[in-house]
Amino acid sequence: MATAEIPYQETVPLHHPKTWLGKYVFSQDHKVIAVQYGITAMAVGLVALVLSWLMRIQIAFPGFLEGFGADEYLSSITMHGMIMVIYLLTAFLLGAFGNFCVPLMCGARDMVFPFVNMLSYWVYLISVLVLLVVYPLMLFTDIQATGAGWTLYPPQTITAGTPGADWGIVLMLASLAIFIVAFTMGGLNYITTILQARTRGMTLMRMPLTVWGIFIATFLGLIAFPALFVSAVMMLLDRLIGTSFFMPAIVSLGQKLEYSGGQPLLFQHLFWFFGHPEVYIVALPAFGVVSDLISVHARKNIFGYRMMVWAIVAIGILSLIVWAHHMYVAGMHPAFGFFFATTTLIIAVPTAIKVYNWTLTLWRANIKLTVPMLFALSFVLTFIMGGITGLFLGNVIIDIPLSDTYFVVAHFHMVMGVSPILAIFGGIYHWYPKLTGRMLNDTVGKIHFYFTFVGTYVIYFPMHYLGFVGVPRRYYETALGGHFPDWYPVSAHHLNIFITIAALIVGAAQMLFIYNLVHSYFKGKKASDNPWGANSLEWRTPQTPPSHGNWDERLPTVHRWAYDFGVPGHDTDHIPQDVPRKESA
Amino acid sequence: MTDATAPSTTESILTSTARDWSSDVTTFKGVPWGKAMMWIFLVSDTFIFTCFLVSYMTVRMTVTDPWPNPSEVFALAIPNELFGWQFLESPIPVPLLLIAIMTFVLISSSGTMAMAVNMGYQRNKKGVVLLMSATALLGFTFVAMQGYEWSKLIFEEEVAPWNNPMGAAQFGSFFFMVTGFHGLHVSAGVIYLAIIAYRVGRGHYDKTNFEIVEITGLYWHFVDLVWVFIFALFYLW
Repeated sequence: MATAEIPYQETVPLHHPKTWLGKYVFSQDHKVIAVQYGITAMAVGLVALVLSWLMRIQIAFPGFLEGFGADEYLSSITMHGMIMVIYLLTAFLLGAFGNFCVPLMCGARDMVFPFVNMLSYWVYLISVLVLLVVYPLMLFTDIQATGAGWTLYPPQTITAGTPGADWGIVLMLASLAIFIVAFTMGGLNYITTILQARTRGMTLMRMPLTVWGIFIATFLGLIAFPALFVSAVMMLLDRLIGTSFFMPAIVSLGQKLEYSGGQPLLFQHLFWFFGHPEVYIVALPAFGVVSDLISVHARKNIFGYRMMVWAIVAIGILSLIVWAHHMYVAGMHPAFGFFFATTTLIIAVPTAIKVYNWTLTLWRANIKLTVPMLFALSFVLTFIMGGITGLFLGNVIIDIPLSDTYFVVAHFHMVMGVSPILAIFGGIYHWYPKLTGRMLNDTVGKIHFYFTFVGTYVIYFPMHYLGFVGVPRRYYETALGGHFPDWYPVSAHHLNIFITIAALIVGAAQMLFIYNLVHSYFKGKKASDNPWGANSLEWRTPQTPPSHGNWDERLPTVHRWAYDFGVPGHDTDHIPQDVPRKESA
Repeated sequence: MTDATAPSTTESILTSTARDWSSDVTTFKGVPWGKAMMWIFLVSDTFIFTCFLVSYMTVRMTVTDPWPNPSEVFALAIPNELFGWQFLESPIPVPLLLIAIMTFVLISSSGTMAMAVNMGYQRNKKGVVLLMSATALLGFTFVAMQGYEWSKLIFEEEVAPWNNPMGAAQFGSFFFMVTGFHGLHVSAGVIYLAIIAYRVGRGHYDKTNFEIVEITGLYWHFVDLVWVFIFALFYLW
């Protein structure tokens, strides 16, 4: 299989910066950029975590928070959703894991265009700042963060009465457009690196599944984010210069607005053409990471590697033709509901292939319950949970009564909120030793895991029930004038108090994780080159942590896939990818 | 490229494609990184223009106000006199005259670009600089004529992105947004061409195979191709 082709990266010298600024701040090293992405994403994620606390406190104890009115509640919902989906999950899985894993796992020295890669991070940082500048502005001016909900549906998004309809939405849309520019610069690098800058012997079908997940997710991003970009541009024009792309003739507060003839549904189609693939932009890298984690920590080859790859590809393609299952109640043609329900349910096939393969990988394996493994296993469980409720919501007839209830909140938090977060945690616990040269504290890690995992179910399981009862989502206050409406069981409110207390505790438990990250960086146990006994190339670098350029003069040569664990007749329990095959084998 | 990866003449495209995709190091043999990256970027950019144009088609089909007749809106009158010399009885309005010239100019620029790429492969630096400059000049002419068309619409017909005296306001909204976005692409391309032509002239790429000329060409041809769709959907529909 291996050809005599010389990897181009072996022939060109890497630019080594001399100054501290060039090494650690404006660095072109993919590993430093990964850390920058990771820290920024986690910081902005903490903001979103605090927002969710505020919302939960308001739901359980209305009026407890002074100055947290309906406007603040709605804008918190919007910011929490947008931050978590885009600025944390997308940025972390593709920006941090993508940058760290792709060159190391492919055996490349760096990304193909390190300068563009560096720009990608700095533009991402600008988008985060444009997003968050609304909070200082809220303190000193009467500008309000947008409260349109993270889907930003017009016409309510830019009509009076919605918080931030004047300037909050402008900041949000501008930030999104900037983020897309940043993502494109990074994404082009990941794809080109994977396609054109692998090392000797690294065929596509020998790549670890993490790289496959990132590869297809990035590709999805490059064709889905344009829809968000276009809708952001069009809504900005509607808001700023008074075009009517999305705005129909409309009466607001007794006044006929200047708008006429636009199409609100068009925005929903554009948004969800981005929004649904976005779920898989987040899920596919998580799938990949979890596949690798399960295989390594169960000391067994991944079951059905090829099927795992094709399932990732199939999910990627299918995810582009299911978007309108988010719009069953939007008033589109009913025949569309039939089509999109069908395609949605078909996605269950490749997804089930993945879940069965993870399970079969675990079957009779030598499972080591390390912290990364615990998180990987919890990902599989949580993803199955979220996937099954997805079957409910994918069917038009069941979706309609469940629409806009807490069932939906429970579903998407399970499947695309918590699941990828669990995969991210697993990935961090797994790769931290390679990144820093130190181990994370195991005991703190396990406490963090049980709080997070059990907490997930304590928080989101009851929400399914709330949804069936009919509790609507996004309501600032259910009890008007201190009295609950007749249809609202008091037990639902008690359940809400329970969920809030759990959410506060689980959120606080995340501080353990941050403590662990910081403390272990200075005081953690020294890590060996390959503490988990993994096979993929990132564990075979000459130095730990890998130096700039990753490898020696010569890039490693790959002779096998990344999953040779417990090969019969072999003296070690794992065979790294760069170990040559025996003559007989 | 070594002989092991060179395609043999006897095997089918399917076989060689399958071999490239199952090989190591590079999937697209002999394709420089920049060229691969440009192709992938263009795929992404295609989706941006597709979203713009599909949105335009959707709104145009559903809007209730009348849509202006493009043959009239975009007509240009041939003047009946030049510098005091009268050669016609009266001005003749010709539908789509300006846009026909604009399209001709832009398509011609694709021709000069293709010739520049050819010169690049022959390592003829002088030819590359000359033809790329010609391409940039044609591109600039296109943008200038677009500016004229815009000003004619804005000042004579009083069309604005938010207002259109001839009917649906969306006509102006989409026209200015989509041609504006395309015009930005052309302007960026003109600057890109100028920079690359300058650097080729300075001998910046002498150690390479002048792939950069082809990469620039990819972008330029893409911008031209997009124009064909904009032309069809805005002016001929």
